[in-house]
Amino acid sequence: MELSAHAERRAARAGFLQGLDPRIKTLGLLLLVLTAVLVKSPVPLVGLFGFAILLASGSHIGIVGLARRVWLPVLLFTGMIAAPALFLVPGDTLATVPLLDWTITRQGARSAAFLIGRAETTASFASLLVLTTPWPHVLKALRSLRVPLVVIVILGMTHRYIFVLLGTAVSMLEAQRSRLMGPLSGREHRRLAAASAVVLLDKALHLSTEVHLAMIARGYRGEVHLLDDFRTRLSDWIVLAGFLAVAAAALGLQ
Amino acid sequence: MEASDIPTPGTPAYELSDVHYSYRDIPALQGLSLCIPAGERIALLGANGSGKSTLLRLLDALYFADRGRVLAFGEVLSELRLREEAVAHAFRRRVGLVFQNPDVQLFNPTVFDELAFGPLQLGWDAGKIRRRVKETLAEFSIEALANRSPHRLSGGEKRRVALASVLITRPQVLLLDEPTADLDPPTQSQVVRFLGGCRGTGRTLVMAIHDLGIVAEIADSCIVLQSGRLVAEGSPAEILGNESLLRSFGLLHRR
Repeated sequence: MELSAHAERRAARAGFLQGLDPRIKTLGLLLLVLTAVLVKSPVPLVGLFGFAILLASGSHIGIVGLARRVWLPVLLFTGMIAAPALFLVPGDTLATVPLLDWTITRQGARSAAFLIGRAETTASFASLLVLTTPWPHVLKALRSLRVPLVVIVILGMTHRYIFVLLGTAVSMLEAQRSRLMGPLSGREHRRLAAASAVVLLDKALHLSTEVHLAMIARGYRGEVHLLDDFRTRLSDWIVLAGFLAVAAAALGLQ
Repeated sequence: MEASDIPTPGTPAYELSDVHYSYRDIPALQGLSLCIPAGERIALLGANGSGKSTLLRLLDALYFADRGRVLAFGEVLSELRLREEAVAHAFRRRVGLVFQNPDVQLFNPTVFDELAFGPLQLGWDAGKIRRRVKETLAEFSIEALANRSPHRLSGGEKRRVALASVLITRPQVLLLDEPTADLDPPTQSQVVRFLGGCRGTGRTLVMAIHDLGIVAEIADSCIVLQSGRLVAEGSPAEILGNESLLRSFGLLHRR
């Protein structure tokens, strides 16, 4: 909740990306995400990652915060997926793991690094979008880019009801704590956590239905309506052309 | 209230005939027939699980009857009809529901956005929305909360914001599920004063109520439900004066 509120506040601040028409920004950043997925050599990928850092600085997004909230979790998650490639991809020996005697190959290390680099770069661009754009604006921009209504409804609902779900989870945890007589053993703790997860899932389903009904009751039919209308200026088109040039350069560098 | 919204007093806002509704195999409403005249303030009374909340959701076209017929403003209220943009738009403009749990009703980043949500869905222009939001914030004395997150408000504040977020569109029919539940005495008095002030305004009120102490002040008539059936109806004086009836339908403490 804190993070979301923080993101909303940051999105409202002045900055390079914050000043763009959300449609242009969404289109441009999605284009860069796509480019990061398509590049096949490390130099343009590093270039794209550097460009993401440049955009973050220009939009007053702290690099330390970005590293803590985006890069580190992505590194841990993608690292787990990429780790087997170090040993499984055949090729020249780079190093050997002591005791286990597992061989890390040059080609394996390159594959793993490339996978992590690609994930970090795409996550950075995606994070820049949500950190510099209020969520309803992201949805409206996606809708104006012809993203199907059902996707918009799912994204909107997820964002809206996650707060209710978090509140419920916190209340459940507090209710449990208030009735516990002392510390639990590891096994008891795991059993309680599993049982709570089931109940929370059931409650989540009920709550998501309730939130959706509350939205329908006030006239919601899936479309995103905002008080602010988007306006595209010449500067937005220039920035989009810049994004296109970066994407073309990255693809051309291969 | 908009001039076009003022209903002809006495004409039925809703007519229900032999309405059945079940949650899977559990019946919630069983052959319910009743008429709700426009401009009346009706208190729905009944023990927990008597079908009050389900009835409110049927009246708000969130649920649709398994059997039987629901007429709203003389038109059949069916899922098929509500799929039409124009029908849904006209219906949502006329009817507002305040949920029992304000947490499910407050889903926007700020109180200001919460109040603007309904008018935005109804396609009002931005200037009118901003003006109406300011007026409604002042009306409910919640101007100071405008930029706060609804999730961080106290229970009473949430309830006031939930009420304001529905009333901003000035609905002709206001459906309220336990409007005074979990409120501190001053906020409860404020809500009761508001509901009492709706008398003679032409607005139809249907309220699920547990607190019998406020019924006489806020309602013109009462409907008592038990197991999804209508078991009694009458003026607040008639219903509240009948102690054996109240006791037999679980509305008073057992001796």
